[in-house]
Amino acid sequence: MAFDSGLAVLVLGVAVWTIAARDTFAAVVGFVAYGLLLALAWVRLAAPDVALTEAAIGSGVTGGLLIGASTRLRRTETAAAGEEPGPTLRLAAAVLCVLVSAGLAAIVLMLPEPAPTLAPQAAANIAATGLGNPVTAVLMAYRAIDTLLETVVLLLALVGVWSLAPDRVWGGFPGPRHHADPDGVLTFIAQLLVPLGILVGIHIFWVGSVAPGGEFQGATILAAMWILAMMAGLVDAPPVSRRWLRLLLIAGPAVFFAIGLAGFAMAGAFLAYPVEYAKLLIVTIEIPVTLSIAATLALLVAGPPERAPHR
Amino acid sequence: MSEATLYGLCGAVLVGLGLFGLIVHPQPLRKILAFNLIGGGVFLLFGVVARRGAAAGFGGDPVPHALIITGIVVAFAATALAIALLLRLFQETGRATLGSDG
Amino acid sequence: MPNSATAGGFLLVLAIVLPVSGVLLSLVLGGRHAERIALILMPAGLAVALAIAAAVWRTHNVLQYFVGNWNPPLGVAFRADGLSAAMMLTAALLICGIGLFARGQFPSPQQAELRAPLVFWTLLLAVWGALNAVFIGGDLFNLYVALELLTFAAVPLVSLDGRVETLAAALRYLLFALLGSILYLLGAVLLYGAYGTLDIALLSGRINAGPIAWAAISLMTAGLLAKAALYPFHLWLPPAHAGAPAPASAILSGLVVKAPFFLAIRLWFDIMPRMPERTAAQVLGILGAAAILVGSVVALRQVRLKLLIAYSTVAQIGYLFLMFPLAIKPEMGHPWNTTAWTGGVLQAISHAFAKAAMFMAAGLIAEALGHDRIAGLSGIGRALPITVFAFALGGVSLMGLPPSGGFVAKAMLLTAAVAEGQWWWAVVILAGGLLAGGYVFLVLARALADASQPLTLLSPISPSRQAVVVALALCAVLLGFVPLRPLELLQIGRPDIAIGG
Repeated sequence: MAFDSGLAVLVLGVAVWTIAARDTFAAVVGFVAYGLLLALAWVRLAAPDVALTEAAIGSGVTGGLLIGASTRLRRTETAAAGEEPGPTLRLAAAVLCVLVSAGLAAIVLMLPEPAPTLAPQAAANIAATGLGNPVTAVLMAYRAIDTLLETVVLLLALVGVWSLAPDRVWGGFPGPRHHADPDGVLTFIAQLLVPLGILVGIHIFWVGSVAPGGEFQGATILAAMWILAMMAGLVDAPPVSRRWLRLLLIAGPAVFFAIGLAGFAMAGAFLAYPVEYAKLLIVTIEIPVTLSIAATLALLVAGPPERAPHR
Repeated sequence: MSEATLYGLCGAVLVGLGLFGLIVHPQPLRKILAFNLIGGGVFLLFGVVARRGAAAGFGGDPVPHALIITGIVVAFAATALAIALLLRLFQETGRATLGSDG
Repeated sequence: MPNSATAGGFLLVLAIVLPVSGVLLSLVLGGRHAERIALILMPAGLAVALAIAAAVWRTHNVLQYFVGNWNPPLGVAFRADGLSAAMMLTAALLICGIGLFARGQFPSPQQAELRAPLVFWTLLLAVWGALNAVFIGGDLFNLYVALELLTFAAVPLVSLDGRVETLAAALRYLLFALLGSILYLLGAVLLYGAYGTLDIALLSGRINAGPIAWAAISLMTAGLLAKAALYPFHLWLPPAHAGAPAPASAILSGLVVKAPFFLAIRLWFDIMPRMPERTAAQVLGILGAAAILVGSVVALRQVRLKLLIAYSTVAQIGYLFLMFPLAIKPEMGHPWNTTAWTGGVLQAISHAFAKAAMFMAAGLIAEALGHDRIAGLSGIGRALPITVFAFALGGVSLMGLPPSGGFVAKAMLLTAAVAEGQWWWAVVILAGGLLAGGYVFLVLARALADASQPLTLLSPISPSRQAVVVALALCAVLLGFVPLRPLELLQIGRPDIAIGG
């Protein structure tokens, strides 16, 4: 209990730092710390799958994106300071936010006892899915349509990011070219870490069917390794017009849809699995989905094309 | 007070903090940070609901856990799109503000 | 409401699968084929929407489907009632019209893939898929994912031109939309915490008036209002809708902005009926009235045509929210006011057609003149008579003049306001009609005036594009031949219906 109180206070403290810090870069660093502390809170709340996702995506990849952005925007800091709202607006906002927080806190204390839950139903049906991890069962079986639409959401975000490229570099390479420095530290670390990270990512994806883990967490680690390789100059980002890249990106949602539609014939409904093959089908979906999500996440961090394609 | 309720109160404060940051900061990058803070608070509240629903041998209700994971991924995608827009705006104009905003 | 899957549920799945498959195919086959893929899927999607409407009409019942054969609350349900069918049909017709119009603006490149056509056609299909997911979603979290899909598809359409002003407008739109989504999600979290389900049908049976339910509804409604740009959350809309290319503006004002309104209906009319919602609904009505008045007045002061049309959207959205205080029952068990219900939905549908036509007409005018300043429109009536005629037809619906869908919708809302004794809304509706007349005539007077020198058009405007614009405007007018009675299709699936006055 004391540990939880300390952790909660720490989380709030870092959150206050993120909002109140004058310098944006400091706020972003605070945000990354906040994400890692939050992951710890998830462990305390008996949610290891969420903790992995929060650490990997919420803190890791998001943090990387924010740090990159705040570095590039450093010169605009002083200009923006002139547009700060006056004290009356700040006071009104503070009052509103205190009321919102107080209201939510009151509601937390008013939540019904015993708490309504779907855990018994999830447990009762998990045998039909062949899985051992109930969170994976929810993601890939009970509410597979949400996961399916979510892969499309990710893809659309990437289309949106790519759409911001100037016309003349369309189809080209995202981001600047990083050159590998053969004596540099980053290159050394990358050469060491990337193969290891890929193995870890595959492992975390694979055990997700019976233990905490799964496609999102595994995909994020794979994406992080690709990002690391690109930043260290080991590989260059692929041009966005390459057919193989496009296939890689849509493979996950496409296989998901295909198996979902096959469910009409095999089990009588969209995204239904026949019991004997349920686990096999789910894994068949998960492999391309993991690869597609990894590619999408990495390219979302890489950004829109900036260098024209070779022609 | 159980640990779940404690984290629930923490989540409630995070939502208010994030909302304050969203309203008060003029820079879009700070607004994006604040939005992520609100998201973290909302997910934490959902996680508290899940913890209170522990039953049938699970440490928590797995349905909210799955939905939180989906939410974290969607929030990242939103952040990526917002930052791409912001950086492009900066490239074109040299400024990183929205002008008159709400 | 059936308690198991009904026949025809497969159509609901198809309504989402078809457009999304188009998105995936377009990305992999490349920008040279994206237009063709869209053109093939448009009639297919229209056929699916017609089939769904026919099935709903024939069975006089809600079409229900449990995805994966998992029943709620564990699984996710799709449901299509009369309202869903009507909205899906509207969306299908509009997407087809906008797609045909956009062929002239985003043609397929011959050699290498180009950015704008690939992005446009992909996002057009994505918007369509997302809208269908919103219209048939029966689960609050599934609807959250659908809303995010819609936002990510719509925001890049605003900045498609690549102009600097549109980048800021797109970013502001995205930030407002994200705030709206997270507030919506917070409300859904509270509902799950209190009632253990996110399924709309199950929630309607379990919900009761209490602090948690009220807090959840307030948060979700606030989030949806921000996404629907209802006053006072309207500031993001005019620059975003005016800055987008014309076909994108048509989608944004015609369809995208109706989705959060549709979800507010689901919330207030499907989930909340066991709660005393009458007084709370007055707040929505007040905000709607403010939107009508503020939006129309600001529209009158606009210098640019597209901004005028965008502020008109802000105003017309206000009419939609007048439906809430008028159609919600006074206390539990009292029959609903179905006239107001029909009026509100007809307003959404006829505004979609009229506004799409007006934005596309403005787009053609801007292409012809090279600018869209209202003061410089003189002579365009002579140069592009069909286009200006389409604009006028759309304006007729906006003003609420007969015959038009707008007239029927506003007449029904007026009738309901008077019959319910809420005459103050009647005053607002009439004032809004007058103000709309003001800004429509402002434009038409300029357009029909003679130019001081003969007008030379910058580029020829194809007659087929003008024909599409007129066709859509005519749809808004044809809706005026709907009889001035509650529409039976829209009542299918609504419990406790009685024909009211």
